[in-house]
Amino acid sequence: MNRLVLSSLYQLTVTRLKLTLREPEAIFWIFVFPILLAVGLGIAFRNRPADVLPVGATTPQLVEALAADKGLHATQMDEAAGARALATGNILLLAVADGNAVEYRYDETNPDARTARIIADRAIQIAAGRRDPVAAGNRLVHETGSRYIDFVVPGLLGMNLMGSAMWGLGFAIVDARAKKLLKRMVASPMPRWQYLASYLLSRLVMLAIEVVVLLGFARVVFGVPFRGSLVELALICVLASLTFSALGLLVASRARTIEAVSGLMNVVMMPMWIMSGVFFSPSRFPAILQPFIQALPLTAAINAVRGNMLQGTELGHMMTPLAILLAWFVVPFAVAVKVFRWR
Amino acid sequence: MVRNRLDEDAFGTRTDAETAAVRIRGLHKAFGDVRAVDGIDLDVKPGECFGLLGPNGAGKTTTIEICEGLTAPDAGTVELLGRNWLGHGDELRQLIGIQLQETQFPDKITVEEMLRLFRSFYRRGITVDEAVGRAQLEEKRRARVGGLSGGQKQRLAMATALVGDPELLFLDEPTTGLDPQARRHLWDLVERLKQAGRTIILTTHYMDEAEQLCDRVAIMDHGHVIALGTPKELIATVGGEDIVEFAVGEKETAGPHSTASASADFAQGRLSTPPLAKDASGSAQDERAKEIDLQALKAIPGVQSHRVEEALHQLSVSELHTAVPRIFAALEEQGLHLSEFRTHSATLEDVFVRMTGRNLRDE
Ligand SMILES: Nc1ncnc2c1ncn2[C@@H]1O[C@H](COP(=O)(O)OP(=O)(O)OP(=O)(O)O)[C@@H](O)[C@H]1O
Ligand SMILES: [Mg+2]
Repeated sequence: MNRLVLSSLYQLTVTRLKLTLREPEAIFWIFVFPILLAVGLGIAFRNRPADVLPVGATTPQLVEALAADKGLHATQMDEAAGARALATGNILLLAVADGNAVEYRYDETNPDARTARIIADRAIQIAAGRRDPVAAGNRLVHETGSRYIDFVVPGLLGMNLMGSAMWGLGFAIVDARAKKLLKRMVASPMPRWQYLASYLLSRLVMLAIEVVVLLGFARVVFGVPFRGSLVELALICVLASLTFSALGLLVASRARTIEAVSGLMNVVMMPMWIMSGVFFSPSRFPAILQPFIQALPLTAAINAVRGNMLQGTELGHMMTPLAILLAWFVVPFAVAVKVFRWR
Repeated sequence: MVRNRLDEDAFGTRTDAETAAVRIRGLHKAFGDVRAVDGIDLDVKPGECFGLLGPNGAGKTTTIEICEGLTAPDAGTVELLGRNWLGHGDELRQLIGIQLQETQFPDKITVEEMLRLFRSFYRRGITVDEAVGRAQLEEKRRARVGGLSGGQKQRLAMATALVGDPELLFLDEPTTGLDPQARRHLWDLVERLKQAGRTIILTTHYMDEAEQLCDRVAIMDHGHVIALGTPKELIATVGGEDIVEFAVGEKETAGPHSTASASADFAQGRLSTPPLAKDASGSAQDERAKEIDLQALKAIPGVQSHRVEEALHQLSVSELHTAVPRIFAALEEQGLHLSEFRTHSATLEDVFVRMTGRNLRDE
């Protein structure tokens, strides 16, 4: 490769970067948004002393028995008021006295309500004189790496890699096409591959900044762990970014209007936002969907990042997600180059 | 140009100074049912400034974009500087400079950055400084495109066409939408390129622009070249150097109205001015009263031809100073009252009107 080739590729990439950085909205979505999200989630899911669960009871005796447990906050109410409080979520459980027996009313699909059921029953049984045959003590541990914030940061990173690559490339390319700039460029001696390559290269530069900002923040503020090799983590990010850039190229390869490309991008990204495990584990989806979910590039990217950061897994043991990412890079890129509309 | 004087290049193509800079043969291009270019043959000589004129949709842009290698023709061949697009695309792109009709550069990039980018695509060319200077954008060098005026944007587009120091320039409507001063500015630029011996092909809607800048023009309509020659030659075909336009009307109800039958009447050699009121009550007698004796007008020395459109009569006239008083006299004699009268020197516009019966900008 001679100096000239390099110089036009360099100029294209630099121009691309300048255009990106001069777009204030882009800066917000790429840098500020993921941090805000991390902060919001960090606050919402911070590790707190176990919650005090609100419950209701129909008799003063029951209220007294329940109030003896520090994990519960009991209020006396009649059955009608209790039903309303349950329906509005003001209490998680209503204990109804029925002669010598007690009936618990709660929603068993709500994990907090199930917890309230266990604690309330224990409190009532103990108040009635139950003695445990086995003595039990507690020691509390808070291990970093198993908190929700540790789980969600790799998810946010994956989501950010996907979003910035897809939006960044998709909009810029379609905008250039709509403004006939693309046509002007190919009328010049510019090598076409360099135009496409400049998008991937400028993406990698942005990627470095994005990843450092987001992970640095997560490390400093939340103490999110990095158990795997940082070099390997960087490689995973580069591969993921190339993959999503290739998808962005493909999505933008024919569209003539911003509206058209927005629609297409949402169709492509929406399933991944929901199913790829950004905010919760994809194992919650039915088994029949699992092969599909595991084959999505965002699932692969997030799995690889979590494997590296949380479990310290080496690349050699993550061949499946890496192979999936690679396939999602090679195939869409080849197709995009083939069908790309230059005018 | 010196670079044209290679006698045989590696591809065995002849590229001496005698070769046409652009040679177009049997060019056809259709978009669905629309025959945008329908059989065009043209030769543009080296160093010539060649104009493509025509109304909207005439096929100018399509022709020029086929020449630029952006559109593949359905049939026909294009040779630029002795090379064709099939084998020599990369080489040709290095040699030509292009301004497209509707490119919008990104708002957030500066003039200098845009030129540096385009310069990097060319093996040889002028420096960014020179390009800025040629387009007279020195003051706007560091300004972003979004802050440029229309004329400055056009000059930036010109500058991107010039950075590769091209032999051959294609300019598609370089002055459309510009104010008169900005247009004149661009004309200066084109003049200087002509003096530097560049071959230029430009399209325009403005007849004065073509007359001012172009050595030769081709007038296009519906994908055909309907007239080809120097502006002087073409204007001469109108038959007179000046055009007299007039309309007649009654004193009490002045103001001409359009009529669809005017040209049919014209074909019969006698012509009636249009009815002043559109309602059917206009009797045959009234009509008669407004008739013009065309033979009398045509008999005036210097009057070459007559046509009428929308109640406006046009005479092409030589010897304007002697013909005009006689035209007045003839109309007076026929008891006709002039509601409008003006003259202008014949232009390419008149050539177009004469050949097609339509105005260039009516479409
Ligand atoms: N890509 C296209 N798809 C369909 N029709 C097209 C396309 N490009 C041009 N045409 C049609 O071909 C005809 C010639 O268009 P062209 O752009 O060459 O005209 P023009 O002389 O440059 O007009 P203008 O003065 O408006 O720029 C028009 O009828 C136009 O609608
Ligand atoms: Mg055009």
